[in-house]
Amino acid sequence: MNTLTPNDYLLLLAVPLIPLLGYVVQIFFGRNLPRKGDWMLLGGMFIVMCITVYMFFAHAMGHVGPLPFWNESAMTPDGPVFRWLYNTSDVPGDQNLIAGILYDGLAAAMLMVVGVVSFLVHLFSSGYMAGDKRYHIFFANISLFTFAMLGLILSDNILFLFVFWELMGFMSYLLIGHFAQDPDSPRIKHAAAACKKAFLTTRVGDTCLFFGMAMFYFLLPREYNDLLAQGAIEGERVISSFRFVDLWTMGGQIVEANNGEYPFWMSVAGLFTFGGTVGKSAQFPLHIWLPDAMEGPTPVSAMIHAATMVAAGVFLLGRMFPMMSPEVLQIVIAVGAFTALFAATIGCTVNDIKGVLAYSTISQLGFMVAAIGTGGLGIVAGLFHMVTHAFFKACLFLSAGSVIHGCHHEQDMQKMGGLRKKMPITFMCMLICTLAIAGMPLFAGYYSKDRIIASVIDSTLTQWRGANVFALVALPLAAMLTTFYMFRLIFLTFFGEPRDQHIHDHAHESPIPMTAALIGLASLGMFGGHFWLAGDPLSNNGTWFTNLVQWQTMYVTSRGGSLDLTSMNMIAVTEHTAHTGHVWAVGVSLSVLALGFFAALWIYGLKKLDPARITSKLGLVYEAVRDKYYVDEAVNASVIRGTMGLAKGQKWIDENVIDGTVLGVGRLGRGLGTLCAWIDKNIVDGAVNWVGNTTQALGSVARLMQTGRIQQYVSFAVGGALLLAAFHILT
Amino acid sequence: MGVEAYMGVAGVLFVLGIVCIISRRNILYVLMGIEMILNAANINFVAINRFGNGGLEGRMFAIFVIILAAAEAAIALAIVLNVFHLFQSIRPSDADMLRD
Amino acid sequence: MSILHQQRAFYGLLTLAILTSVGYGLVSHGAEGMAFGFFSSFTIAGSLMCIWERSVVRSAFSLMATFMGVAGLFLLLGSDFLAMAQILIYVGGILALILFGVMLTPPDLGERSLPRIGGTLVLVLGGASLVWKHVMDATESLAVLPVEELTPMTSQDQSVGLAFLHPEQYVVAFELAAFLLTVALVAAVYIARRRTADFEPEEAA
Repeated sequence: MNTLTPNDYLLLLAVPLIPLLGYVVQIFFGRNLPRKGDWMLLGGMFIVMCITVYMFFAHAMGHVGPLPFWNESAMTPDGPVFRWLYNTSDVPGDQNLIAGILYDGLAAAMLMVVGVVSFLVHLFSSGYMAGDKRYHIFFANISLFTFAMLGLILSDNILFLFVFWELMGFMSYLLIGHFAQDPDSPRIKHAAAACKKAFLTTRVGDTCLFFGMAMFYFLLPREYNDLLAQGAIEGERVISSFRFVDLWTMGGQIVEANNGEYPFWMSVAGLFTFGGTVGKSAQFPLHIWLPDAMEGPTPVSAMIHAATMVAAGVFLLGRMFPMMSPEVLQIVIAVGAFTALFAATIGCTVNDIKGVLAYSTISQLGFMVAAIGTGGLGIVAGLFHMVTHAFFKACLFLSAGSVIHGCHHEQDMQKMGGLRKKMPITFMCMLICTLAIAGMPLFAGYYSKDRIIASVIDSTLTQWRGANVFALVALPLAAMLTTFYMFRLIFLTFFGEPRDQHIHDHAHESPIPMTAALIGLASLGMFGGHFWLAGDPLSNNGTWFTNLVQWQTMYVTSRGGSLDLTSMNMIAVTEHTAHTGHVWAVGVSLSVLALGFFAALWIYGLKKLDPARITSKLGLVYEAVRDKYYVDEAVNASVIRGTMGLAKGQKWIDENVIDGTVLGVGRLGRGLGTLCAWIDKNIVDGAVNWVGNTTQALGSVARLMQTGRIQQYVSFAVGGALLLAAFHILT
Repeated sequence: MGVEAYMGVAGVLFVLGIVCIISRRNILYVLMGIEMILNAANINFVAINRFGNGGLEGRMFAIFVIILAAAEAAIALAIVLNVFHLFQSIRPSDADMLRD
Repeated sequence: MSILHQQRAFYGLLTLAILTSVGYGLVSHGAEGMAFGFFSSFTIAGSLMCIWERSVVRSAFSLMATFMGVAGLFLLLGSDFLAMAQILIYVGGILALILFGVMLTPPDLGERSLPRIGGTLVLVLGGASLVWKHVMDATESLAVLPVEELTPMTSQDQSVGLAFLHPEQYVVAFELAAFLLTVALVAAVYIARRRTADFEPEEAA
């Protein structure tokens, strides 16, 4: 047991505030600072990284087992809460807004990951973006984005999570559209379209999240108090709250009172909340924004669209897991597994180096979502994958950025090749991270991906349900395709003969800040899964993350103790199935790794098989995959055309029905008006004119007093007041 | 010094404010006169509060009067400028469109 | 009498009045009386100068004496916070606004009419002094304490600040005042902006 001191909370508070301060200074003075202010933000991010790593080692590591950092004693009046509206604890919570810091194992791990990755991305950007016209704006924006992400991780209530969530969406819009502000950029139109698309598509998910949040806020306390009145549960009346701990507590007790059944509205609310994840974490069908978001600068892609922002959806799912009913979890598994497989197939056909990584990101996010859906070990596995994925995907993106930078902004893999000798550091880093994403043992991705597959096997063995079985088939397939397309990328880019001699001749290794960031991230991709490990490096038990985050103790309640997920929405996993699942998972993940690698080696490495022959054999299937399964076209045809059609229909109704009615009413009115006009002229006017003439005659007398001069009026007022006073005194 | 002394000063200041408004032929003097009148009222508020129950009410009133005076001065200046644009004069007697 | 003589006589009389009231206060009430005499005569002298002076700028500056004097009276009444606010807002803010008004409008020298000022002064002062007795009678009926029973004065700023922020006291009024100031400033900018478009048709016609 380890409690945080007030000083620790001040440090944690400083974590999001340093980038915010940096943003404010940078946006006003950045243009005039030396080096356009990047040193300031870099230094700030370095401090943030140091704090997060310090907090992590001081409070999270070395504590095998439960880590309930949050406790009531920490929330006492001077504790780490901020009360908006009234700064006293006397005012009841439903009239006040209380925000605080929730620093548990998950937040500790995620905070450290974001701190480290953000610093390295800042470092990389200082090299990659050098010479950009809006260099200082870029740094300001990415700093504010970091602030939002850090705040999201630390917030202890879903309202603040939503606020930071929206801020991230907006910063994502600005950063994707970075080149849209530069009139000289050749891709200005694409960037403008991409940022709009990302913003609008995620908005769909955000709206869903808002509905889900509102439902939990309003309906959860009502249901709880009803059950309390019936005597079904014990406790005190509660008031609405946004805080996670209160949500978990109330949800757990409601489900407990219902004998493990979730009320129907909780399924609906959970589905809405999952909608937020679908939007932010780019799950099918809202994934379409992420590939387009690659129009942004590469550091942005690395940070936002690989490491942090898209992980926010998975983070939300992890936080809200106890509120998801088993039915919702089935949908979660199905969507995640489908996305994983679906995006992996597209990734095999893309030629743009960043496009491959974009689809790979979508696919890996599918893995995480599906894993969390299986519950229990799966939550830990999914969140663990989120962490390791942040390391190696950031590194992959930055390596791709380094390649693009070295090749003078050429992104087509078909024109690269043989860059191994020219860019050795980039090559090594990318190779390490490719091995990590493919799930090579001893590399970071192995530990998390292995656990995901194990948890899917476990849940299928325990419960033979449609979504589980689908995930059992889809995830290993997707893992195989992952290995395939990642090695395809490596072979096309770094091996073989140069396909474009001009590009090859001018290719060069990137400057030191960029390679330093690459090396840092690559070492994390190598050791990030099992460093500080306890015991056998090949064993999946006892990695740092699984020690830190344990599903049994993740969800603490305000009544003390933690939620018993097995009696709620989770499938009970027995020792036997867990063991079976683990053994099988190692076999499956190693065999798909080997299959994918040899396929890539056979086709792209040794060139024993011409890819063109395969594609011509596949015919229509290949075209469908290459064209991203026509999802964009489907959205165009259904949503956009539908909206336009609806608008046209409404216009027709407006023009014919409503206007017709209005015209009819108007004609009727005109007829009546003619009648009235006659009466008016002959009868009413006579009377009115007489009154008017009389009034005018009277008015012309009174007018003599009205000079329009203000001072005279004031004199009258003073004189009147004195007269009144005199009258009052005399009588 | 009793409350009468303060009320006496306030009364004289009030009268001088009214004289300032009425007697000068420049619209800015109207502004200054209003400020004097508000100040006279403030002196009364604070004096009666001091010699009364000793609470805070009168002082708070005075603070809100000061706030109001600040808002009024800003608006009044804008009106003065507008009057000047409209009539090309700052004599209050020239701004007599109200007559019509 | 020339203008110079008028001026000398006026200021001489004012100085004499200030000295007299300070002296009288000292004799009758000691140090407090002296301070009261000084501040009150300062206040009234400032406003008299404001009415008297030919130039608007001088009038505006003499108004500063009035504001300072009122601030001194507040101090005597134990309202240190209010005195500071008075100096900050009136001298620092409102006076500056009036000076801007002076700068943005043309000078209008020679508009002072002493008979008019004197007449108004005599009339209004006469009328008011008729009312004075009655006002004092009304004050008697208020719960006014004699000087001897007053509690000693302490600094007010903290209690004023707490009263502003206390939910059961003035917090709503305080927020409303902030809102009012914002609206007033925006409105002032809106009113004062030049609307050339409104004037052009008239000029064309």
